[in-house]
Formats: sequence, C-alpha cells, structure tokens
Amino acid sequence: MIDWDPLILTFELASVTTFILLFISVPLAYWLSESKSRIKPVIETIVSMPLVLPPTVLGFYLLLAFSPGDGLGQWLDEYLGLRLVFSFEGLVFASILYSLPFMVHPIQSGLSSLSGTLKEASYVLGKSKFHTLMKVLLPNIKPSILTGIILSFAHTIGEFGVVLMIGGNMPGKTKVASIAIYDEVESLNYSAANTYSLILIFFCFIILLLVYVINGGYLKKFWQ
Amino acid sequence: MIKLKFQKLLSAPKGEMNLDLDIVIKEGSVTNLFGSSGAGKTSILRMIAGLMMPDTGRIIVKGKTWFDAEKHINLPPQERRVGLVFQDFALFPNMTVRQNLDYALVRNQTIKVIDELIEIIALGDLQNRKPDTLSGGQRQRVALARALVQQPDILLLDEPLSALDQKMRTELQSHIMNMHRRYGLSIILVSHDVSEILKMADEMIVLKEGNVTDKGRPADIFTNRKVSGKFQFTGEVISMEREGFLYIISILIANDLVKVIADEDEVKNLVIGDKVMVASKAFNPIIKKL
Repeated sequence: MIDWDPLILTFELASVTTFILLFISVPLAYWLSESKSRIKPVIETIVSMPLVLPPTVLGFYLLLAFSPGDGLGQWLDEYLGLRLVFSFEGLVFASILYSLPFMVHPIQSGLSSLSGTLKEASYVLGKSKFHTLMKVLLPNIKPSILTGIILSFAHTIGEFGVVLMIGGNMPGKTKVASIAIYDEVESLNYSAANTYSLILIFFCFIILLLVYVINGGYLKKFWQ
Repeated sequence: MIKLKFQKLLSAPKGEMNLDLDIVIKEGSVTNLFGSSGAGKTSILRMIAGLMMPDTGRIIVKGKTWFDAEKHINLPPQERRVGLVFQDFALFPNMTVRQNLDYALVRNQTIKVIDELIEIIALGDLQNRKPDTLSGGQRQRVALARALVQQPDILLLDEPLSALDQKMRTELQSHIMNMHRRYGLSIILVSHDVSEILKMADEMIVLKEGNVTDKGRPADIFTNRKVSGKFQFTGEVISMEREGFLYIISILIANDLVKVIADEDEVKNLVIGDKVMVASKAFNPIIKKL
C-alpha cells in the first residue's frame, strides 16, 4: 500500500493556496482591469512571470531570500517566528507566487469583459466602488472566478520545481505527491510511482472536467 | 435652474473636437439634445452625471454646485442627484427586475417607492424575471424605473427609445411624460426622432461638432420659424400616387394614415420615408366631444 501523506499534503497545500490567492487576486485583478497607471504593465509582467520562468528560478531565489541565515529570512525568523524554508508555510508562500497568474488572469479578463456601463450605472445610483464590485461586478463573472479557482488549485497540485527547491523532501511536511513520485522512481519503486500518478491523473481530469461542465452550461441544461 | 457651462476637448472620429456648452435649463422642463452622432450629446450627459470631467466651467443644479473647475469642486456620480438611462440600459444581469430596483434604494427610503413605480410603469408581471429574458421595451421600462427610484433632480435619457418599434415608443413616451408630470422632473433627452421631440420636449438644443448652433422651441426650429400654422403635425411619407396632374400623398402621423393632396412642385423634393410637417391655418376645425 502506498503512503497517503503526500497526497493529503498536496490537496491541503492546493486548498490553502487557492483560498489565500482568491483574496489577493480579486483586488489585484480589479486594480489591473481599472487602472490606467503607468506602472500597470510592470505589475502585469510580474504577475505573468511564473508562466514563463522555470520554477527552479523562483525556488532558488526564495530559498536564498528566506534562508534563516541572512537578511529577510533572519528577520522573519526572529520577529515573526516564521521559517519559510523547508516548511509548509514556505510552500504556501511559494505556491501563491507560482499560481498567481492562474487566478489573476481569468478574473481580470472577466472584469474587463463586463460592459463599462454596469459599474457606471451603479455609481450613478449612489453606490461605492467596493459595493459595486461585490454586488454587481463579481456576481456577473462567476464563471471566471470558478475558472481561476480551479486552475490555481490544479496548477498547485502540479507544482514540482519550486517545491523541490524551497520545500525539500520532508515526509509529512513538504513531501507532496509530485515529489513522492520522483522519489519512488529514484528508488526504482515503479508501482508506487504508478499509483500516485494514476491518482493525480484521475483527480486533475475530474477537476478540469468540472470547469468545462459548469462553465459550458451543461449542468444547467441537465437540471432543467 | 440648471446651469450648464463647460468646455471639454474630446477626441472624435474626425480628430479633436472642442465641446462648448453654455445653457440654462428651466427646472421641470424637458430639454432635447439634437445633433448627428459624434456631436457630443452623450458626452454632455456623462459630464452632467459625473462620469466624465469637463476641462473648465461649472455645473450648477438647483443651487448646488456639482462641478466647478476654478473652485476644484467635482462631486462624484454617487453624490449627484441624477438618474441616467443608458443606451444599452445597463441592467444588472445577476439580479431580477425587482432586485434591480431594490438595488437603487438609498438608506432612508422605503420599498413603497418601488411598489409605486412598479405599478405606474406596469412591471408587476416581470418582477421576478432576469433582464436577459426581457424584450427591448421591457428592459427600457425597468431601466427607466430604476433611474427614478431615488427621485433625482435631473433625469438623463440617452436615445432611450431608438431600439423600439412605434407602438412601444408611444407607450414609453407616455410613461416618461407621466413621470415627468408626477414628480416635476427635469429631463434631458438625447433623441433624433422628430415626432418624439415635438411630443415631449419644451426646449431643444441643436449641436454641431460640439457647439450649440440653435436653441428654442422644437416646433420653431423644425419649421425654421417660418410657418405659424395653428394646426401642425409631423409624419412620415408612406406613399405618393399620381392622380391626373395632382398627387395623393399618404402620410403616417402617429398611428393614423392621412391623405394629403399636393401638386407637382411640392412633390418634387419628397421621397418615401421623408419626415414632413403637415400644417394648415386657413380652415376652421370642428371640435366634437367623444
């Protein structure tokens, strides 16, 4: 029988990451969809960087930044008692950066696709920007939010390079499923690697299928 | 009094255009903004609503300054008492008709306002429908009702009836005029439709490339102030038939088809579909109680 810990850890990591990402990405995507600021392209580029950079690059610099031996890592360790290297918290932090574009992009394009008169109508009716965002804009881009949630979740499951660099391979703490597979292959334990892989394939298929079924309106047709 | 005096440099399709407006609107009147597309009509409405900022000038409504470039006053749209019906209606798709109206309520208002509006604008049967299941005319009515919930000082209508057929138009025109009379609303109406303007507007402002070229009573402007007929209607030429040396022209005035006899000179410049005015002053009309 395989060890279930890596799988549980993987889904835990993906859930926590997605949850936190949602709260970061909504304001960020809203700002990007509204802003005419000159630094907007810079921010957009930074958000999109994880799409093209090898995950190891991100992992490498996070490792340097957070190692308790110097600067930032030392400060975090001393004052907040937070050690981000080789810990679950560190994995969450790295995953948030790594999956950021997968949450921000769908929400941003959802917001940009809404007719500008919707929010203007709300302002003319005396409602604040925040009220308008919560009651008018977000409810009308539910499919985009769902896409963002599912993609970030799935993408976090698929993480390997970043996790390996900053998390290492500590059972029960940072050993996620993708690392476990690598580990099993290294020790020529192919059948365990196969089991982990099949489970991941199955889950990812179901998750992505859900997005297409829900966003494609198939569920609605089915229920009616 | 509503004082609108402002300038704004706009980028129009043909390059930059300076919008220059200096008008005073009487409270409780209906004012029409007339002009070809790109003349700056929608921009004027947006500046009154606070969705666009003029470069210079002032907007003063009922003694309250909404915008003053010199004093750096620029009230956000939230603080201007204005109702705006957008060209695309801008109904919130995630809410039902009723929820769209409820959304507009301000803190110390009761739902009585909404019940009243629903009754006047006959939205009772549509209350629980979502906007995407409504026809153009129904959406228009909801947008109108929503703009009136807060009982604004000015109601801005941006070509509200352009997408509707004649019957729907007539019906909505009377809804708007009902509201106008009931609440003493000041209305600024962007419209191209001659009969609509004549029917609804007290004042008319003609814009060309950002400048006011004419203003006055619609009937005076449309007839170039030449005719002083006691009876005049506008209509559309439906057909022209030759009968001997005369022509019989069928003209649609509101929902009635009227036949008028005309000679060759009068017909020369007419084509089917033309908007025309039918006026007469040398006869004595008979009034009969219905």
